[in-house]
Amino acid sequence: MAGLIAYGAYVPYHRLARTDVAAALGGRGGKGTRAVAGYDEDTTSMAVEAARGALAHDGLRARVSQLFLATAAPAYLDKTNATAVHAALGLDRHVLAADMAGSVRSGLGALVTAARSPVPTLTILSDLRTGLPGGADEVAGGDGAAAFVFGGHRNGAPVIAEVLAHDTVSDELLDRWRLPGAPVSRVWEERFAEEIYVSLADKALTAALDHAALDVGSIDHFVVAGLHTRACATVRRTAGVRPEAVTPDLTGAIGNAGTAQPGLLLADVLDRARPGETIALVVLGDGAGVLLLRATDALPAHRAARPVAAQIAAGSAPMPYATYLSWRGLLDREPPRRPDPEPPYAPPAHRRTGWKYGFVASRCEKCATRHLPPDRVCTSCRSIDAMTDEPMAHVRGTVATFTVDRLAATPSPPMLVVVVDYDGGGRFRCQLTDATEADAAIGARVEMTFRRTVTASGVHNYFWKARPVRTGETEGTH
Amino acid sequence: MGSHGIRDRVAIVGMGCTPFGEHWTRSADDLLIDAVGEAVTSAGITLDDIDAYWFGTQASGVSGLTLSRALHLPNKPVTRVENMCATGSEALRNACYAVASGAYDVAMAVGVEKLKDSGMSGLSGTAIPGAGDDSRGEITAPANFSLLAPAYAAKYGLAEEEMKDVITRIAWKNHVNGARNPRAQFRKEVPLERIRSAPIVAGMLGVFDCSGVSDGSAAAIVVRAEDAYKYTDRPIFVKALSFAAGPADGLLDPEYDFTTFPEVVASAQEAYRQAGITDPRAELALAEVHDCFTPTELVLMEDLGFAERGQGWKDVTSGAFDLDGSLPVNPDGGLKAFGHPIGASGLRMMFEAWLQLRGEAPAERTVKSVAEGRSLALTHNLGGGPGECVSFVSVVGSQLTE
Repeated sequence: MAGLIAYGAYVPYHRLARTDVAAALGGRGGKGTRAVAGYDEDTTSMAVEAARGALAHDGLRARVSQLFLATAAPAYLDKTNATAVHAALGLDRHVLAADMAGSVRSGLGALVTAARSPVPTLTILSDLRTGLPGGADEVAGGDGAAAFVFGGHRNGAPVIAEVLAHDTVSDELLDRWRLPGAPVSRVWEERFAEEIYVSLADKALTAALDHAALDVGSIDHFVVAGLHTRACATVRRTAGVRPEAVTPDLTGAIGNAGTAQPGLLLADVLDRARPGETIALVVLGDGAGVLLLRATDALPAHRAARPVAAQIAAGSAPMPYATYLSWRGLLDREPPRRPDPEPPYAPPAHRRTGWKYGFVASRCEKCATRHLPPDRVCTSCRSIDAMTDEPMAHVRGTVATFTVDRLAATPSPPMLVVVVDYDGGGRFRCQLTDATEADAAIGARVEMTFRRTVTASGVHNYFWKARPVRTGETEGTH
Repeated sequence: MGSHGIRDRVAIVGMGCTPFGEHWTRSADDLLIDAVGEAVTSAGITLDDIDAYWFGTQASGVSGLTLSRALHLPNKPVTRVENMCATGSEALRNACYAVASGAYDVAMAVGVEKLKDSGMSGLSGTAIPGAGDDSRGEITAPANFSLLAPAYAAKYGLAEEEMKDVITRIAWKNHVNGARNPRAQFRKEVPLERIRSAPIVAGMLGVFDCSGVSDGSAAAIVVRAEDAYKYTDRPIFVKALSFAAGPADGLLDPEYDFTTFPEVVASAQEAYRQAGITDPRAELALAEVHDCFTPTELVLMEDLGFAERGQGWKDVTSGAFDLDGSLPVNPDGGLKAFGHPIGASGLRMMFEAWLQLRGEAPAERTVKSVAEGRSLALTHNLGGGPGECVSFVSVVGSQLTE
C-alpha cells in the first residue's frame, strides 16, 4: 500500500498587518495578517525548511528517489532550484531533483505526480507572493512552503494517509497570468472564472469520489485551495459536504501562499485528523484537481513536529510596513557606506557543497572534536585527514557571546551575530535571524535554519543561520 | 631548535612618522617619502646608506616596487610584508633579523597605509576569491572585537553599565593622551559623557570606542648594536621581538571564552623571556598596545601581564594606565586617538617608545617613569580578532643590559 509517509510545513516567522498597509497607503482597513518571508528567505530556502520538517524522522532521506520543487516564484531561471534543496537535504546523488516552476498550478501538479509515482517522492510546494504596494496580492498573499513524502509502507515509516483517489481536470483559461519579469499578476473579472471553477471542481470531485466509491457526505475534512477566493468560497459552500467538514483557509492569519497554499492547508489538516478520517483536497487554478486521502492509525504518532497552528502562533508581532517594502525591494533604502557584499564564487562553493548547503561539519576520528567548518587537520590533536562527516543542521546550541553589527551591509540592519556552542561540542560564529536585538543574549538557545544570506552580483548566496528556538516541541525532537 | 631572541644585538638609530589622519591631499607615495625622509634625517644619513628595506602595507600596494618606485631606489632589496594589522611590526622584526644575521649593515623598516581613498566607513577587507563557501561569515571589525565585551562582563560579574564605564574610561584616557600629540588624528579631549552616549557602531561599542581610520606612514632605521653610537648618542636597543600566529581555533572550540587572546599571552611570555622581564608592570616605563577597540585594550592589560585576570577593569578605572599612572599605556593616544593606518601602526608604536625613552616626547605627555629610572618600553601589535589572530610583542630599551 502506497501513500503519504511524511509531511512538514513551513510558515515564515514574520507577519504584516493589513491595517498597517491601509494606514500607510490610505483606503479601507482590512483585517488580520499575512505571513512574510524574511529578507533572507526565498522559495528555495523555505522549501528546504519545509522538507527538513518532513524528513525529520530517521531513515527517510535515504528512501527518497525523486524530489520536485513547485513554485511560481523560482529563485533562478535556467538553473534548477531543486538541486539547492537536494544539496541542503544531503540526498543521494542519484535522486532526481527537478523544478515544477512558473505557474501556481505546479503545486497541484507536484502533489498529484508524487501521489501516483511508483517511486518514493519528496514533493515541495513553496511560494512567495508579493505583488505591488496597494494591490490585492500584497494583502491577500502569503509566503510559505509545505513538503510531502509519498511512498510505500515500511516499519518505522508507515503510511500515515492512504491515497484513495485523485482526479484532475485541465482548462485553458485566462483567469490569472503574469508575463516573465512582471512584478504583479493580472486577473480577469472575478465572476468570469467563478462559475467555470465551480463546475470543474464538481467534475474532479465527482470523479475522485466515484473512483473511491465514496459519498461526498463521508468527507471529514474538506480543504479548498486556490487564488480565486470567490470560487473557493462557493465550492466550500456548495459542494455538498457536511458543514463541519469544511476547513478554515488560514488566510486571516497567514494569507494565501499560492502554490504552497494547498500544501499548507493539507498539512494543517494532517496535524489534527484522526485515524480513519477522509480528507479531500480540492485545488482550483487553470482547471481543478482533487486528492482524496484517508488517515491511517499511524498518523497520530507520525505527525510533523511543527504543526502549522503552532507556527502561526509563534509568528512575530506585525512588522512595520516600510520594513516589508524594503525587504521585497519595493522601497530602495540607502545602503551603508560599505563595500558591496561579495557574491559566492562557484568553485569554492561547489567543492564545499556539503558544508555550505548541508551544514555538514567534520569530526576527528581520533579525538572526536567537531570542526565547523570541516577541516582536514584536527585543531585539538592535529591529526591529518582523520575526519568523518558530521551533519550539524539538526543540532541545537547555546549562544556563547554575541554582538549587534550596525556597520555591516545587510538588507535588514542591524546584523545580529552570535557565537554558537553546539550541544555535544563544536562552535560556529554566524548570523542570528528571525530575531530582535533582545533575542541576542548569552545563554540563548538557538537552532539552525537555511537562508539566502545575500544576493550579490546577480548570484544568490545560500547558507545557514541561527534562529531562536521558538516553537513548542521538546528539545531533541530530531 | 629553539627561539633565541636577539637581545641587544641591534638598535634603532633613526625614526620618522607622519602625522596620521585623513590626508585627502597626500598619496601613499607622499606619506612614504615623508616618513622615510624624516627617519634618515634623524639618523644623520642618506638613502644611499640604507642597504635593505622591509616594507609593510596591508593593502596600499603590492611588492617592493611600491616603495622602490616611490623613492626611485636604485636596485636595493625591498621586501613587502603583510601580517594584517601587525604589518608594521612585522616589517621591523624582519629588518632587525636581517641586521642581526650580519647580512646587512643598515636596514630600514617602513610601513604605510592609505585608507581614506576608498570612500568607505571603517576598513574594507581585501577580497580573496574563495570566500564563497561561507566558512567564516561576514562581520565587521568593530563587531568582531565587540564580542569581547559581553563575554568579559559576564565572566567577571560586571553589569552592562559598569562594562560601558570601563571601556569609556579607556577611550577617554587615550583621547587625553592624543590631545597632547601634534601628530595624532584626534587632538581633543572628549568628555566621558560624550564618549558614553555616542552613536553605537556594534554591540556595546560607540564611535569613540573605535580606532581612527586614517592614512599615515612610519619608518625605523636598524643597525648593529655596536654601531649604534655612530649614528646617535641615544639609540634604542632591541631587547625582544616575538610573534605568534594563532591556530585559529577560538571560533571552533567552545573552550575559548572571548576574554583573552591566547596569541597575545604566548607572544608576551616569549618577549619577556627574551628580554629577561619578570614583572612587566613594574619594569616597563610605558607600553604601546593595540587598542583597535576599547575592549581590546582592557583584555590586553591582562594578557600582557599588566593586571591580574579579572582585575584589569579595576586598574583601568583607578587610572593605573593613565599618563600619570603606574604604567602609562598608549601615551601617544594609541590607535584610538593617533589613528590606525594599518601598515604603519606597529612602527608608530615604536616611534612613541623612541620619543619617550630618548626624552623627546612633548613635555605635556612625557611619562614620569623614564625620569624615575625605568628604561624599557613595550609595543604590542595585533591582527585578526578574538579567536583567531596574529600577535607581535617587542621590548626595547635605552640601555644595554649588563
